[in-house]
Amino acid sequence: MQRYLGFFLAAIWLSTGWASADAYDYPIANKFLATVVGTPPEYRADLPKKIPLKTRSIEIFEDREVPEALWYDKKLRYAEALQKGPAPLVFLIAGTGAAYNGGKNTNMARAFYQAGFHVVSISSPTYMNFIVAANSTGVPGHAIQDAEDIYRVMERIWDRLKDKIEVTDFYVTGYSLGGFNTAFVTLLDETKQTFNFRKALLINPPVSLYNSISLLDRMLENIPGGVDNFPQFYNRLVEQVTRAYKKTDTVDIGEEFLYQAFEAVNPDTEELAALIGVSFRISSANMAYTSDLMTNFGYIKPKNVIMTKNSSPGNYEKVAHRLGFTDFYHVYFYPYQHEKNPALTRNELIADMSLYSIEDYLRSAEKIEVMHNQDDIILAPGEIDFFPRVFGDRATIYPRGGHCGNMDFRDNVTHMVDVFSK
Amino acid sequence: MKTAYKQLQRHLLLLVTVLALGACSTAPVMQSDEVIEPSFPADRVLDNDVAYLSDEISDPWEGFNRSMYRFNYRFDKYLFLPVVNGYKFITPDFLEQGIHNFFLNLEDITTFFNSILQLNATKTVQTTGRFLVNTTVGLLGFIDVASRLDMPKHDEDFGQTLGHWGAGNGPYLVLPFLGPSNVRDGIGLGVDWVVYTEVINQLDMKDSEEWALSIMKAIDTRANVAFRYYETGTPFEYDWVKLLYTTKRKMDIEK
Repeated sequence: MQRYLGFFLAAIWLSTGWASADAYDYPIANKFLATVVGTPPEYRADLPKKIPLKTRSIEIFEDREVPEALWYDKKLRYAEALQKGPAPLVFLIAGTGAAYNGGKNTNMARAFYQAGFHVVSISSPTYMNFIVAANSTGVPGHAIQDAEDIYRVMERIWDRLKDKIEVTDFYVTGYSLGGFNTAFVTLLDETKQTFNFRKALLINPPVSLYNSISLLDRMLENIPGGVDNFPQFYNRLVEQVTRAYKKTDTVDIGEEFLYQAFEAVNPDTEELAALIGVSFRISSANMAYTSDLMTNFGYIKPKNVIMTKNSSPGNYEKVAHRLGFTDFYHVYFYPYQHEKNPALTRNELIADMSLYSIEDYLRSAEKIEVMHNQDDIILAPGEIDFFPRVFGDRATIYPRGGHCGNMDFRDNVTHMVDVFSK
Repeated sequence: MKTAYKQLQRHLLLLVTVLALGACSTAPVMQSDEVIEPSFPADRVLDNDVAYLSDEISDPWEGFNRSMYRFNYRFDKYLFLPVVNGYKFITPDFLEQGIHNFFLNLEDITTFFNSILQLNATKTVQTTGRFLVNTTVGLLGFIDVASRLDMPKHDEDFGQTLGHWGAGNGPYLVLPFLGPSNVRDGIGLGVDWVVYTEVINQLDMKDSEEWALSIMKAIDTRANVAFRYYETGTPFEYDWVKLLYTTKRKMDIEK
């Protein structure tokens, strides 16, 4: 999620709550800071820098007509890292708006490859390339349809691989929305049985999609003066980062610099929440506009206006960034689903898009485990209790880490690999 | 050599002209006179009194720029990246790093002249020091001894020099092969190139050697940039690249 904000969003950690009494010594106590910064380098698991992770692309729907403005995205990109001999295979599903080659999936790939797994990394069904190349309807966000789309992609990739490699067992995991997707993919696998997943791991999944997107939309209100003041917010951040940049002896804006810059900028909790809000808003704008182009729903772009290869999105781009996930949900997603199924009420759809809807399955599915954080910012108050209640001791709740901030922390990486190794 | 460069210039000019003439409009196609109102029409959502970040950067040649952006994508995908990947495949990592250091060291020539033009004594002295150490002890720059000695590295070019003395960006400009730029930085690239070429000419290399050097420099530069066209996951990539390029240049000028 930190991709676009690149140099000004990523990085720093504060020395808050550095040493703590309990055994779990992930160092960041502030949940917003943990979410933005992740794990400081010296706390990260020791993983190989280079693994043979290769990008591939595959056509999922041969007869699909891609809108002219999205002409370059007809094939789905994914990545694979294959062992030489027989090995278990793990599928990784990225989080909201994230790609197969984003930081979190890449680090998971390193961890599992090092532990002897074949790895296949897939983008989130909310990622532009997935919507264009692999979403069966062009409208992402539906728990069951997304799972079917992901499953189809997995099967098609497996078709390509099965003569090339030997696989002992299949596993699946994902973080954030990818964790949520993992639950529904595992359920689908019970009937389809192409993979018969031996184990599945959900990392920081939402419980109710609607609750989580509402929380994320509201974070944008933390921009000082509100979203109208975004340019001022951006320019001030750039100024602060520039001040840090001037002090360094390097001309690279690499990871090391980002940490220094973040430390120098020292954003407060509101600013951190605003950054998280901005990052998710960018994901929502990308997703909603892409989907609008795919279905010609007339959400932002008028139905009878065609975007060419060379068209400037102009005002549509501005509008896209003014609308949140909940706007998409109420004005596009629900009407779209309602037209397919006129009996469906708004509240039923909200209930369907949650782990509650498959609670009985999750309770009995011994193969599914959960890794979550007590202070995850995408959960509504009390929602974290869902996991110990439903999964029992198959759920591990860490005391800190915010939303996915501790995924690179050595204990968490060990935990991830252990779930599939034991 | 002079004729070869002139030929190159002529080809480039021709290419730019063709692309400029072929550049389509950036307006969407209307299927009828009356627009069917979308769920969120711009005139209802957007506020005239509010400033938008995307309006801060002047882009009057957007039609041309967008065409050029796509041209660069194709050049990158079908020619440049395959060559770069081949180079990375056959070159051992240590040699690749050595070659990269060699070209970084040559870039200090540009940084040196521009540090002088910015009347910055510290940067001039430090860059001179780096260049001397790396060219001698560092075996023509293949080993970056200066960085190991903690000698600060600077990166100045004529675009930054113009910016340093108060020149604005000018309109945004996507250059063939080179990618995002603007009028100020485009002029800067031209001036830096002339100066660099004059310095290289002093070495009395053969034409073919100068060509080889230029091509290697281009390959090395691309090998060290992670960016891939149309893989950022946003339908607004052109605009994001414009914003981030402009922001980064502003930071470079201030540094």
